[in-house]
Amino acid sequence: MDENQKQMSERMGAGFPWKQVIGLLLSLALTFLALWIAVGLSLPVPVTLTIIVGLAIFQAFIQLFLFMHVTEGTEPVHQLIGILFGIYVAFAIVGGTLWILAYAL
Amino acid sequence: MIDSIKSFMGWFFVTGDPMIYGADASIALASIGIVAVLTYFKKWKWLWEEWLTSVDHKKIGIMYIIAALLMLFRGGVDALMMRTQLTLPNMHFLDAEHYNQVFTTHGTIMIIFVAMPFIFGLMNIAVPLQIGARDVAYPFLNALSFWLFFVGAMLFNLSFVIGGSPDAGWSSYAPYAGAEMNPGVGQNYYLLGVQISGIGSLATGINFLVTILKMRAPGMTLFKMPMFTWSILITSVIVVFAFPAFTVALALMTIDRLFGAHFFTIAAGGSPMLWANLFWFWGHPEVYIVLLPVFGIFSEVIATFAHKTLFGYAVMVWSMVAISLLSFITWLHHFFTMGNTAPVNAFFSISTMLIAIPTGVKIFNWLFTLNKGRIQFTTPMLWALAFIPNFTIGGVTGVMLAMAPADYQYHNSYFLVAHFHSTLIAGTVFGIFCGLHYWWPKMFGYLLDETKGKWSFWIFMISFNICFMPMYFLGLMGMTRRMYTYPAGLGWTPINVVMTIGAFGMGAGFILMAYNIIWSAMHGKKDATGDPWNGRTLEWATASPAAEYNFARIPHVSERDPFIAAKEGRKSGNAASVQRYAPIHMPNNTGIPVIMALLMFVAGFGCVFEWYWMAIPGAIGVIACMIARSFVYNDHYYISVEEIKRTESATGRLS
Repeated sequence: MDENQKQMSERMGAGFPWKQVIGLLLSLALTFLALWIAVGLSLPVPVTLTIIVGLAIFQAFIQLFLFMHVTEGTEPVHQLIGILFGIYVAFAIVGGTLWILAYAL
Repeated sequence: MIDSIKSFMGWFFVTGDPMIYGADASIALASIGIVAVLTYFKKWKWLWEEWLTSVDHKKIGIMYIIAALLMLFRGGVDALMMRTQLTLPNMHFLDAEHYNQVFTTHGTIMIIFVAMPFIFGLMNIAVPLQIGARDVAYPFLNALSFWLFFVGAMLFNLSFVIGGSPDAGWSSYAPYAGAEMNPGVGQNYYLLGVQISGIGSLATGINFLVTILKMRAPGMTLFKMPMFTWSILITSVIVVFAFPAFTVALALMTIDRLFGAHFFTIAAGGSPMLWANLFWFWGHPEVYIVLLPVFGIFSEVIATFAHKTLFGYAVMVWSMVAISLLSFITWLHHFFTMGNTAPVNAFFSISTMLIAIPTGVKIFNWLFTLNKGRIQFTTPMLWALAFIPNFTIGGVTGVMLAMAPADYQYHNSYFLVAHFHSTLIAGTVFGIFCGLHYWWPKMFGYLLDETKGKWSFWIFMISFNICFMPMYFLGLMGMTRRMYTYPAGLGWTPINVVMTIGAFGMGAGFILMAYNIIWSAMHGKKDATGDPWNGRTLEWATASPAAEYNFARIPHVSERDPFIAAKEGRKSGNAASVQRYAPIHMPNNTGIPVIMALLMFVAGFGCVFEWYWMAIPGAIGVIACMIARSFVYNDHYYISVEEIKRTESATGRLS
């Protein structure tokens, strides 16, 4: 227990995690905003879709910069490959699903 | 009161089948036996301190393999029950309902609770040693991954005796798996058990991705890594990107079943086809999650026992990268017959055939590695050599199935069943047995007996062909998968009899292997050198079993196959041997992973029965464990130089 206290005090220098708290609040706000736009307002469907996709992309950037340390690290090429692979897989699942199930929609 | 208890018990426990009473009795006896032995030998403290709370990747690997072997036994018994039922026409060994449950648990257990954990076990043991690391990047997370897999597997297996097993196949297709057509708790067990162990798998993927990218020994660039480590790096990428699709699909179906949503039912605009689509978006990459690691194992074993450098290293790597990219765009070939449009089927037909190209390239690389090698026929090498022709048959029939128009004929026939067993047994199962024999001395410090190992290999391999070769023809003769019985006079009977003989032969091979493990534990040849096979990579440079800290000094690497280079006296290898020992930084053991996983089990069991008074406190307990862990700062310690010297001199390695 004493050892735990000692270790804790050594690491307290990092300060309050403002970045993470701001990220959390922004993410929550954007999520509820998107929900309200889709459920609370009755805008035309294309407008609703455009707005919530825009909010989603904004939130993805918040995730990447405030939580996922995309700017940190010694080997940025890893981050780039990871993001590109993520985009590829996202395109495969979304595009593929729409294409496959187009006849059923 | 007594009546209501009686009716609850009759519904809670599965009743009415003598085999299940047998299982009840054997589970109760095994549990009592384990508790009695642990208490009698006063081993509870030892179990807790040395194993349950361990974050050592080598011990976690061993626990994964023990659990996977037990699950392999259960999955194998399921297989034998199915084969017994199908031996002759109109058999009454199992009824239709029971047969459905058995093929469902067989598939789910073999893929999710045998193939994956066995591979995770082998990679836990070998990867940190191969890259010259002291542990994985996140040792706590590693322990948590194991325990989540373990409780997921236990939750799933509990369905056999409590509540009833799932019966919608391992792919659990909607709408049959939905609440309306499949009431009861069986499918809930599937959803929760697989979900909980899936969280562990996802965490393992992240863990090994970071470990391999960040913790390699100095000088080991990506293109100097051993091929097994490469295969795990690529597998980890696939795990990280494929598993979320399954996590979401399982969660959606859980919401459907527990809370009456309609994601996968036609009612209220849901789509049953979406389940097949999401399931296979994970399910096809999953095939490569269980295959690429064994490709890595075979690459190591073939190079070691042909006494040659692996042929075409860079091509091997790039073909795995190509497989990882293609594996995400072939999933529709699992449901060509769902009614998709022609362009959709054509695209996925071609992408599926494309993936055969990098796989074929790898086959040729192994053949060229063998070419002019001094081949040593050890047990692991036999498994690796048998893999090449047997797996190729699975690959070729895969290309046959990839042709969409032809697939309309083969679909869901025994031809398909034979195909995926040819790939999964000749690939994954041969691979994990190969890796088990190869790394066994590194895990335990003694070798498995070669004679018994070779007997078990030949019995298993020949029986595998007796079982699955005729199955292709049975499929072409029209027998479809998942039928629980068939009439006489269709010409299927002789083939079914032969297949059942083969299946029991495989069981005998496995029993002999289990006997070999027990025999070798008592009489096995000790591995005093740490290098019983004249190995090429760093895991053989340390003691068997490796000390807790793996390497007294972190090795420096300047070329591929660094250990063979060091043994041949070239400049590479352990240039650090002149350095002094320094204290070694290691992670502390912790009980939080096992407690957290048990609470997850409570939450999962509560959800299965929709007992939220049980599920909610369980989930709160899980969150409390996370919070408790985030306040643990004292999570590491140092091994002193004196202790390193003591450990090293005990294995005769002090320098």
